Amino acid sequence: MTVSAPVRPLEQAASGPTPKPAKSNAVLEVEDLRVHYVTRFGHKIQAVDGVSFSLKQGEILGIAGESGCGKTTLVSGCMGLYIPPLFHTSGDVRIDGKSIVGMTLEQNRKEVLGQKIAMIPQGALNSLNPTRKIKDMAADMILSHDESADKKSINDRLRERFTRIGLDADHVLNSYPVELPAGTKQRCVIGISTLLNPKVVVADEPTSALDVSTQKAVIKLLFELMDQEIISSMLFITHELPLLRHVSSSIAVMYAGEFVEYGTTEQVIFEGRQPYSRALMGSMLSAEPGQKSRKPVAIEGAPPKLDKPIPGCRFAERCPVAQPDCRTTEQVLRIVAGRQVRCKYADTEVVEQVGGGL
Amino acid sequence: MTDALKFQAKNISRVFGHGKKSVTAVDNVTFEIRDREIISLVGQSGCGKTVLAKMLLRLETPTSGELLFNGKPITATGDPRNHWRQVQAVFQDPFSCFNQFFTIRSQLKSSFRLFETKPSPGEIEERVDQALLAVNIKPKEVEGKYPFELSGGQMQRMLLARIFILKPQVLIADEPTSMVDACSRASILDYLLKLKEELSMTIVFVTHDIGLAYYISDSLYIMHKGKMVDRGAPDDVIKHPTSDVTKQLLEDIPDVHRQWIARGTPVHAAE
Repeated sequence: MTVSAPVRPLEQAASGPTPKPAKSNAVLEVEDLRVHYVTRFGHKIQAVDGVSFSLKQGEILGIAGESGCGKTTLVSGCMGLYIPPLFHTSGDVRIDGKSIVGMTLEQNRKEVLGQKIAMIPQGALNSLNPTRKIKDMAADMILSHDESADKKSINDRLRERFTRIGLDADHVLNSYPVELPAGTKQRCVIGISTLLNPKVVVADEPTSALDVSTQKAVIKLLFELMDQEIISSMLFITHELPLLRHVSSSIAVMYAGEFVEYGTTEQVIFEGRQPYSRALMGSMLSAEPGQKSRKPVAIEGAPPKLDKPIPGCRFAERCPVAQPDCRTTEQVLRIVAGRQVRCKYADTEVVEQVGGGL
Repeated sequence: MTDALKFQAKNISRVFGHGKKSVTAVDNVTFEIRDREIISLVGQSGCGKTVLAKMLLRLETPTSGELLFNGKPITATGDPRNHWRQVQAVFQDPFSCFNQFFTIRSQLKSSFRLFETKPSPGEIEERVDQALLAVNIKPKEVEGKYPFELSGGQMQRMLLARIFILKPQVLIADEPTSMVDACSRASILDYLLKLKEELSMTIVFVTHDIGLAYYISDSLYIMHKGKMVDRGAPDDVIKHPTSDVTKQLLEDIPDVHRQWIARGTPVHAAE
């Protein structure tokens, strides 16, 4: 099984005009996207540096990586949320074949957000306004995209949708958030986010603050929505690789603004060919009888600062098997064993000394 | 063998509110915590594990039952600092534990105020440096820095540095890993094990992740709705869970080798 994105051969990526991609069933296409922040001292920080992928209809792409490696910035870039200090440097994002990078924020809010791409917030329980009823908040979502909608049609639509996601619509819609139990609130938030049948749903660490049982319930709900074809495809962002194993069909591991490994779930989790993704897997714990002997290994240090270009491999400073030439030669994404890997030694035995997947 | 027991709880309960609306957070719980042992309190959100931890810290008082520390009952009166010299805590959100208007170093230094006799300024500096090195942070790295300038993982290690300074007998770690990412989590667990080994500390580890608890602890206590539903050595609890709650908790962990949620064939990024 091979990975699709980007469509063109990797060696040609740097030069020559971009050939128009053939009509495919990709709903979200990201091409060599570069996004930067400007600090208050005027420094430019290249938080996302040349990321390409495409998300097909029905696919769930998991993006993994530790805090501060650019996952959330990549998502803001994909949604066209360029709110200063975040700026677009270069590259293209197409949703349904339509580019969204040139749009103003108002235009983006009106035409893209919620309708084509929607986000499930991180703290789903705290993202409802406690002073308003669920139905008012849900109606806002419809009204912001269709000002002419009348009250009755909105009500019918809400009732239909809330019943479909397994809620007692009459009771829930007329309640305030405090009156509802946590699980129901979670369903409401996800229900409101997906009210306009977005093509792509971005789940940015939707389960990071939840206990394991609630986490499972949220994932189940997302799958339900996919089976009912309310959601078609999803970008799932997390630092928990074991969770991605069950959720996503392909995984991209991100480090310092770049993809370092991008392949199917099995490839990345069980036979990673990049020291960072292997180390990430090696730091995981599980409740298995053999766990106590298999000590989790933390990756020492923190991701590098991106205000200056880093010569050579970005992970070299922390890489347990870094070779002398890693710090000097620029690493490129290339295809090794059917997935994209950014490591010079990906096809050698050197990387196998790291981590050792579960 | 009472001298080897750190904490002894006899039928303790904690009820909030009165009458019909009362909530029983901890319901008639009896347990013992032995010296130099890591015990884990595991349960879902709202099962009463944090209330129990707060009672051990003297931040809550049990409404009924008896709670002994080193053989003496914990009383709600008197200077709480006598208790806190021996029992300390690490919390979930390190940013809310530090004052953002002061540098981290000055706050670490201020933790010496808890001691009855304060060491000399030179010794304080030295011991802060040692504590920072113990959690693998170069003292230069955080010189003059404020809490918001550090990452979540670094801040969590600062909380642990405080423990290396105070050297209490018991450490209560209330979900110390739920706000940090997966690879810092492994290092936090390593420091907890180091505290146990080097400073012979007793650790009460509160978590909802039975996987973490299994890895770190010498005995496991599973809580549900205020009651202790399962307890014992980690291997016994994991291999032969006696209650449905434990089985559920084990099942809910996403494990790479097991079917977690039944589903049709997912769409792959195939050409």
